[in-house]
Order: sequence, then structure tokens, then C-alpha cells
Amino acid sequence: MSEYLASIIIKSVAFVSFAVILLIFVFVFKEAIPQSTGDGTKVAQEELQSESYGDDISGAVDNTVTEVKTKHESEEGVQSIANLTGTEWQPVSLKPKFGLLPLFWGSFKVTLLGILMAFPLAVGAALYSITFAGRGFREILKPVIELLSGFPSVVIGFFALTTVASAVSSFFGVTYRLNAVVGGIALAITIVPIIFTVAEDALQSIPKHISEASLALGATKWQTAVFVILPAATPGIFAAFLLGFGRAFGETMIVLMATGNAATMSLNIFEPVRTLSATIGAEMAEVVFGDTHYSVLFLIGALLFVFTFSLNAIAEFWVRKRLLKKFQGSA
Amino acid sequence: MIRETVIKVENLNLYYGKKQALNNISIEMYKHNVTAFIGPSGCGKSTFLRVLNRMNDLIDGVKVDGKVIIENNDIYSPDIDVVELRKKVGMIFQKSNPFPKSIYENVAYGPRIMGIKDKNKLDEIVESKLKQAAIWDEVKDDLQKSGLSLSGGQQQRLCIARTLATEPEVILMDEPASALDPISTAKIEELIHELKREYSIIIVTHNMQQAARVSDFTAFFYLGTLIEYDKTKKIFTNPTVKQTEDYVTGRFG
Amino acid sequence: MKQKTKWLGYLLFGVTGLCTLLIVAALIYMLAEITVRGGHFFTWEFLTANPEQGMTAGGIFPAIVGTVLLVLLMSIVGVPIGTITAIYMVEYAKNDFIFMKLVRFAVNTLAGVPSIVFGLFGLGFFIQFIGSGIDKVVSTDGHLVWGQPNILWASLTMALLTVPVVIVTVEETLRAIPNEYRAASLALGATKWQTIRKIILPNAVPGILTGTILAIGRGAGEVAPILFTGVAYFLPHLPSKLSDQFMNLGYHVYILSTQSTDVEATKGLQYATVLVLLMVTFSLNFIAVIVRYFMRKKAIQ
Repeated sequence: MSEYLASIIIKSVAFVSFAVILLIFVFVFKEAIPQSTGDGTKVAQEELQSESYGDDISGAVDNTVTEVKTKHESEEGVQSIANLTGTEWQPVSLKPKFGLLPLFWGSFKVTLLGILMAFPLAVGAALYSITFAGRGFREILKPVIELLSGFPSVVIGFFALTTVASAVSSFFGVTYRLNAVVGGIALAITIVPIIFTVAEDALQSIPKHISEASLALGATKWQTAVFVILPAATPGIFAAFLLGFGRAFGETMIVLMATGNAATMSLNIFEPVRTLSATIGAEMAEVVFGDTHYSVLFLIGALLFVFTFSLNAIAEFWVRKRLLKKFQGSA
Repeated sequence: MIRETVIKVENLNLYYGKKQALNNISIEMYKHNVTAFIGPSGCGKSTFLRVLNRMNDLIDGVKVDGKVIIENNDIYSPDIDVVELRKKVGMIFQKSNPFPKSIYENVAYGPRIMGIKDKNKLDEIVESKLKQAAIWDEVKDDLQKSGLSLSGGQQQRLCIARTLATEPEVILMDEPASALDPISTAKIEELIHELKREYSIIIVTHNMQQAARVSDFTAFFYLGTLIEYDKTKKIFTNPTVKQTEDYVTGRFG
Repeated sequence: MKQKTKWLGYLLFGVTGLCTLLIVAALIYMLAEITVRGGHFFTWEFLTANPEQGMTAGGIFPAIVGTVLLVLLMSIVGVPIGTITAIYMVEYAKNDFIFMKLVRFAVNTLAGVPSIVFGLFGLGFFIQFIGSGIDKVVSTDGHLVWGQPNILWASLTMALLTVPVVIVTVEETLRAIPNEYRAASLALGATKWQTIRKIILPNAVPGILTGTILAIGRGAGEVAPILFTGVAYFLPHLPSKLSDQFMNLGYHVYILSTQSTDVEATKGLQYATVLVLLMVTFSLNFIAVIVRYFMRKKAIQ
């Protein structure tokens, strides 16, 4: 009897958790679809509205705004979808603009800066670890670098906000203290341990008999590492790149704290940026349920989800398939 | 017939940590001959082979004393360049280990790290070495294919071509055919016979027929000690030591 | 040529060594700065007092309590579900089944989905769907009880982040248990459940423990998922029921350093709060390492 019960319980819990995993996909997308405000939510809307729009609009016009907004609700829904591809992000104004391009640009800009700094550093360190570090030193180096991944992102954001931002502005003499470079450096700190670990594992996993062959041909240790091990580990290192990229792209607290959060399309790396994730983080708490703004934020979330999920999927498939192919020889 | 010595080993001992794995070995091997090391597994024959190009350096805790003289130099003296040594003393492994690169790049690897960049020169080397390793005809049309796409026997011959490309004087072979089928094995043995004209070959094998077929000299190892070393014919027909006789006649092993 | 090879080797050594040095230096610098600057303000009073004068003085006691409550609730929900799911995946499910492959893939890749997305899910599913649903049934005056952010929804959202971590760790431990154990137990006439309870689970305890500690370590520092599912800026009292909001160490750092009226005046408090947060996460990670170490030692014996 207990046998039957146990198996029932285990199975149902497992399926509940599978269902929730599926629900994550469903709900983020569901909320991204614009919906008409029903009666039930109207109360919540009015309650929230009085406190939410403090930043951009003074308290005096608050009531009018509410009226106008409610009136324009239906048109607005249609109109805003049309200009999702616009270059202006002004969600809270008389005529809200929901152009996602500056946010995309912000995310890419700061992520790219982060990865440009982190990738060479981390791969360099991984190469050092397998080529020059003795076994004893390597066993210390790895956990030490991985310690970096134990830092909560809010702590790294804080460090960027205080120390890095000051260093950058005194070094480059920039106009905006918080900017894409500061955010990039902070992101680099978070993704270095990820890239390092994955790249080091990839380099380490190249079978010993392959490096032996190179050494037996009279290659030096570094020639073996650069000409044999590194090329053989390319898929793993590419996966490290993707994982680092995905992590940086979705990171919220760091960019929220360190990049200045202005939605611009500027090419200047010393100007502030506003990323997709930071936009959700900054605005979601103050938005009206069911509103266009609410739906657009969920849409951003859904996009982030799809993007990072597929990066991970590619990373996983790429590594497995390519590595297997490489070493089993059906290329 | 006057034979020229290529490697001379004097009083060599090897330790794994505290454990002694090779016991006072002295042996001379000759140019343009094939020398076979035989003996039951764990007798130290592979370890001894790896002494000759210092591949044992890669294992932690290995200590060697004694002398290994190649071209009047003790390869264990401190001023020797291990990298130069390994170019001179090439090695073929038990498991064929082509790089995950194209056939062409596998062979060109050695010359490239020695600084040869000229494309024509490389083409020439690749072709001649693949021919020498008797695999040219099988691969000449797809030199850009991955070395790993070849069959086991072809891979092993590719590895031989790759070693030949560094112009070694001695080639060490560690049970080069143990993972291969009889036909591939025959091809390798034939190749060894050909290569002997230009190179000195030392081969470890657990297959006594193979030793008898390919080698001119045979050394019998047992428990880290060199028991007997003589012409192959003598070892297999009229050995001096009882243990050797027991082993070659299959009474133990 | 030989000379060139040698110099290239030195160059590579220099460049890669510099990379390593830079990373390690950044790590040490961060630790040192936080420890030194936070150390001044790190007192017993700071840990046990409420914030005062608009959070420009006093301590962080409610934030510590809120964080502890959050990770506790999160583990109570997340760990059993993760563990049981892992048991199902290893002991019950057929692995060549496409559905299971899909689940495994989803679990593995979910770890890389940004935590802010989990926060969105928490808002959309727990608060707007379930919470509002409950309110519609329970409260008649239209007053919101469950349809708004609180510690329960925040903990459940965090639990979702935890589940994949626990599943992966526990699954690994379960797979490491030799099949001979299962066979031996079954051959003695034990049922599947008896085998799991008497043989598999005792062997999996260290794995479950490590998974839990790692998840708590990660959860204690996460801010993005709770931003709009339950955390509060400042509360005069501690949370006393599941529908209360709560304060949190990480969020406190965020607020003090970006939203406060006088950021400079609270610098010391900020560093000290960061120090506390780091101490919590690092000691949890450290415990996980120790547990894993002893687990391995035991496995060897």
C-alpha cells in the first residue's frame, strides 16, 4: 500500500514541477499579449495610479492623466504595437512611446563591452592554467576564480557604482559618471568566472593522447596548447562565449545600478544606456496591471527569455554535437 | 658486419615515487635495425621505451638515474633540450592519436612548428611522408578530410607519416598494431620493414610472432629487469636464459 | 627559429599570466575594499537594530530577518519538490522517452534564463493569476490581500529558481549510486519504494544538502526576482504573516546606493550591508564545499 502511495506522490510532485516549468513559458508569453482592462482590475489600477507616475508628471495633473489614459486605452493599444520598432522609449507620458530599439541597442552595447573585456581575459587565464600553472597552483587558481561567481550581482553592481564608476570618470574624464563602460566592466566581472570555468573544462577535456602526440613530435608545451589543444577545444570555448553572453544580456541588477539607464541610441560608449532587463526591473513595480505598458514589459521579458534560452540551447547542442563529431571522426 | 650504435643505455634505474620500476638496465641499440622489446605486461618495456624520448617527464613523481646516450649526448643531462630530443626521437603510440585536424595539417604540424611556412615546401613534405608511410594512395584525393575520419589502420599510418615529417633518426613504437585487425597489422609490419632502411626503429610488442617477424634484435624484459638481449633469431631459437625460453615458448606470460 | 619559439613562449606566458593576475587582483581588491570599508560600521548594534532617520542611521535587522525568512520559505518549498523530481527522473522515468529528454533539456537551460524573467512569472502567475483568483473568492469588498506582492509569492518565485539547481545536484548524486546497490536490495525482496527509502535516500543526503546550501547561497543574494513580487523599501515592523511584505539585504543595498536621498551619508551603512550579504553567501558556499568534501571522503571509504 505504501509502495503505491509513494509512487503516486513522487509521480505527482514530479509532474507538478514539470507543469510549472512549462507554465513559466506559457505565462510570460500570455501576459505579453495586450488585454482590455476588465472591471476587477480597474480598482487596482486607480489605486496604483495615484502613486506611480511621480517621476515624470507632477501631482497636480495626475487626475487628468488618469482620465486621458483610460479614454485612450483602446486606441493606445493598437498604436503602441505599431511603434514597437520605434527609436523612442517614453512609456510614461501623455503620448506613450514604446520603441524597443534603444533598449535592444542598450542591451547589446553593454553586453558587447562586457564580453569584449571578459572573454580574452577569461580564455587567457584558462590557457595559462592548462599551459603554465603547475598542478598544485591550478588546483588553487580554479576555486579562487570561481569565488567571483559567488558574489551576488547586487554586490558587483554596488562595487561598479562606487569604485569602478569613480575610477572610470577620473581616468577618462567622462560627462556621465554612470555609463555603458562602467556597466560593461561590472558585467565582465560577473561573467569572467563562467567563461573561465567552461573554457578551462573544455581545454582540460581534450584527451591526453592528443597532446602527447604533439609533444612527442617535438612541440613545446605552449605550441601544443596553442596549435593543438586550443583548436580542438573551440566548440567548448564558443559555448563559454555564448553562456557568458547570455548571462550578461539578461543580468538585471548590475545594469540597473551602473549604467545610468537613459534610453538612447548613441554610439558613444561613455554615455548611459538602458537595457531590456533594467527596464523591466525599474518600471514593472510601478505599472498598471493589464495596461499596454504592462504588456510591453512582459513582451520584453518574453524576448529576453527566448533569446537567452536559445543561446543556452545552442551552447549545449553545439558543444555536445561538435565535440562528439570531432573525436569520433565522422567529420 | 660493423654495426653503428644509435642509443646506448648505461645502468638505468627508474622510480615511480618510492617504487623502483626499472632495474639497472644497460643496452645498446643499432642504427638501421629494428629492436623489439618483449615481455609480460607490467614488465617495464613500455616504461623503458618512454625513457628514450623522455615522455616519462610528463608523469609526476618519476625519477631516473643512469645514462642514455644518443649521438654522444646524455639525454638526461641538465643542458639537453627535451624538445630537440623529441624531434630526433619520434614516437608512435598504442592508440592511434591523430589531431582533430585535416590529414594535411596532421602531417604538416611538425614542419610548421619547426618554422617551415612555404606552402610548396609543405606540400612536398606532406606528399613524400604520406608516400613513405604507404598511405598516400588511399588519401591523396581528400587531404582536407579530418584525420579522424580514417580507419584505425589508416590513422596509425597517418601518425607514422606525421612522425616522419619531423625527420627523426629513431622511431619508438609502443605496441603500434595492438588495436588493429590482422590486415592493417600486416601493412604496418611491412611498413616497418621499409622504414628500417632510413630509420632506426624500436618497437614494444606483446605479440611474439610480431617481434620474430619484424625485428633484428630482441630484448626480453621481466619485472623491470632486462633478462636477455640478442639477435632475434637467437632469442627465439636458442635463448641463453631459462626465463626467456619459458616466455618465448609460451610457458608463462 | 628556436630562439623565436622561446620568445613567443615567454610572450604567451606573460600575456596569459597577466590575464590571470588581473582577474585575481580584481577579486582581492573587491574583497579588501568591502571588508575594510564595511568593517568600520560592522557592529553588533548594526546587526540587531532597526534602520533610523529615514534609513540614514541604525541597523539592518529587519533586512536580515526578511532575507532569512525568504530563503527558509524558498527552501521549504523548493528543496522537497526538486528532490522528489530528481528521484522521479532517476528512479522512475524511462530515460529514452522523448518527454524526459525535453524536461531534462528545459531544466538545464532554465538555469541560464535571467532571474528577472522568473520575477515576471511570479508577478503574472502567482500574484495576478492565483492571488487575484483567491481574492475574488475570499474578499468581497474588493480589497486586495493575496493579489499583491508579499513574502509568500516572493518565496515561491525564488523556489522556482531553486528547483533546477536542486534537481541537477540531486540527480547527479543519485546517478553516482552504483546500480549494484539497487540490484542487491531488490534481490533481497525489497520493493522499489523500500529500496529508495533505505538505500537510495540515505546515500543521497549529502547531495541534497549541498544542493540546498548552494541554492540558499544563491537565493540570499538574488534581488531581481523579488523586485516586484514582495520586497519592500522600508517597513516599520517585521513580517508576521505570509501576506506581509518584507525587507531584504540585497534590495537594501540597491535602495541605499541608488534611490536614497543622501547616498553619500549612508556610504558606511552600504558597505557594511554589502559585507553582511557577502558573509552570508560566502559562508553558505563554503559550507557546501565542506559538505561535498566530506561526502567524497566518505564515498572513497
